[in-house]
Amino acid sequence: MYVEMKQINKKFDGFQASSNVSFGVEKGQLAALLGPSGSGKTTILRMIAGLDEPDSGDIMINGRRVNQLPGSRRGIGFVFQNYALFRYMTVADNIAFGLEVQKQDKRTIKRRVEELLELIGMQDLGKRYPHQLSGGQRQRVAFARALAPNPQLLLLDEPFAAIDAKVRRELRTWLKGMIERVGITSIFVTHDQEEALELADLIIVTNCGKVEQIGTPKEICERPESDFVKEFIDTARIWRL
Amino acid sequence: MKNVKRTYEQDMEGDGIHSLQKVIEPRRNEGSCTVKYFLIGVSVLFLFIMLFLPLMVVAANALKEGWRVYKENVLDEYTVKALKLTLLAAVTAVTTNTVFGIFASFLLSKYNFRGRQLLASLIDLPFSISPVIAGLVFILTFGNIGWMGGFLKANHIKIVFAVPGVLLGTIFVTLPFVFRELFPVMNAAGKDEEEAAALMGAGGFTIFRKITFPHIKWALLYGMVLCTARAMGEFGAVSVISGHLRGKTNTLPLQVEILYNEFNTTAAFSVSSILVILAVLILIVKSFVERKRK
Repeated sequence: MYVEMKQINKKFDGFQASSNVSFGVEKGQLAALLGPSGSGKTTILRMIAGLDEPDSGDIMINGRRVNQLPGSRRGIGFVFQNYALFRYMTVADNIAFGLEVQKQDKRTIKRRVEELLELIGMQDLGKRYPHQLSGGQRQRVAFARALAPNPQLLLLDEPFAAIDAKVRRELRTWLKGMIERVGITSIFVTHDQEEALELADLIIVTNCGKVEQIGTPKEICERPESDFVKEFIDTARIWRL
Repeated sequence: MKNVKRTYEQDMEGDGIHSLQKVIEPRRNEGSCTVKYFLIGVSVLFLFIMLFLPLMVVAANALKEGWRVYKENVLDEYTVKALKLTLLAAVTAVTTNTVFGIFASFLLSKYNFRGRQLLASLIDLPFSISPVIAGLVFILTFGNIGWMGGFLKANHIKIVFAVPGVLLGTIFVTLPFVFRELFPVMNAAGKDEEEAAALMGAGGFTIFRKITFPHIKWALLYGMVLCTARAMGEFGAVSVISGHLRGKTNTLPLQVEILYNEFNTTAAFSVSSILVILAVLILIVKSFVERKRK
C-alpha cells in the first residue's frame, strides 16, 4: 500500500465531513474517490495533501505516518479543481515554480520545463499567461506544474469539472495516458460515475462522509454492496445505455 | 414620464403577406433626456457650491493682501513646523496602516478561524467613532490621569500633548483605509493560488511576494493614497490630543484654526491653501492609480 487512510475522522464546525474513513491505494494505481457532492471526497483528498488535518486517524504515505508532516514535505503533486494557476506568471514560470522553490539550478529547471511542455503538447505556449489559455490548456498546465518537482503521489480534485463536455472526453483519455506513462500513483476526486468507471483501477465510493464500498470498476458494477452504491452506479449505466 | 407610443406593422414571417403584426413601441427618448440633464444639473450645482466656491474663497482670501504677505504667512516658522508635523503624521500613519492592512486582510481572506467576523468589524471601529471621542479615549488611556499614566510618567514617556500622541491619533483614525481596499480584492481572489504555492513548499514571504502582491498592487496604492488624504486632513482627534502647542504639536489644520481664532484671517486662508495644494496633488495621484486599477 502506498497511501493508506486509517480510521480518519474530520468535523467542520459540528458537521461530520469524514466518518471512520479507511482505504488503501497501491503504488502505481489510479484510484477514484467517487461520490455525490458533499459526500466528503474532497475533504479526504485535502487531508492526504496536508491542506486540512484530520481530528483522528492515521494518514500513511509509503509506510510513514504523515499527519504531522506539512504538505510540501509529503512528496505530493496537487491539481486543484479550478487549476489555481498563478495568474501573474507565464506558463513556463508556473511549471517551474515548484523547482525554483527547491532552489534547483537554472539549467535543470529549464530542461524540466521544456520536457514537461513537450509532454503536455504545449511547447510553443510557454510564454503565455493563464488567462490567454483555454480550459483544457489550463488543465494541462496545472498537471505539468504538479508533476514538475517529481512527486510520488498525484492528487487531482475534480480535474474535469470546469471543462465543457466535448473537451472532457478527450482530456480524460489524455490524462489516463499521461498518468500511465509517468507511472505515478494517483488519486482523483469525481462525482461523475462514468469518469470513475472509465479511468480508475480502484474506486472508493463515498457518501455522507463514509466509505460505502472499495473495489475495481468491475466489482462495483457487478457486486454493489449497498443500496446506495447500487442506485448510484445504476444512474451511470442508464445513461450509458 | 410621458410614454408616447409609436405603432407600426411588422412582418413576422418575412413573406410579405401573412401575419402583419402591430408592434407598439414606447418612445423613451423625450422623458429620459430631461431626467439626464436634471441630474447633471443638480450634480454640477452641488459641486459648485460645496467645492468650487469654497476653493475660490480660499484662494481669493489667501492672496487678499498680496503675494508678499502670502509668502510670509506660508513660510512662517510655526506654519513650516506644522507642515512638517502633518507630513510626519501622514507618513507614519500610512506606513503603520499599510503593514497592518496587509497583515489583517491576508489573515481574514486566506484563513478561517473563530472570531473572524468580529475582527473584521473591529477594524471598522475608527469609522464609527467620532474623532473627538477617539482623542479623548487616548487622553484617558495615556494621559497623566489615565490608565497607563503612572507607568508612562515613571518612565518619562510623554504621549498626550506631545508628538507621539499626534501620531497615535492620526494612526487610529486612518486605520481602516488600506485594509478596506485590500480585503475585497484578496477575498475575491480566494486562497487557491496561495495554497498551491504552499503545497509546493514556498515560504510565507515568497508566497506573498510572487503571488499575492502582484494582484493587490494597485489596490494597495489606492488605499495608501486615501490614507494619506485622511491623515493630512485629520482635525478632531489630533485637536484633543495635541494640546495645541504651537511649533511643537500643531498640525496644519490645527494651525489654521489657531490663526483663525486670532482673527488673522488672511494667514488662516494662506495656510489653508497649502492644504488645498496637497489635496490637489493627492487627487492627481489618486486618479492615476484609479486608471491603473482598471
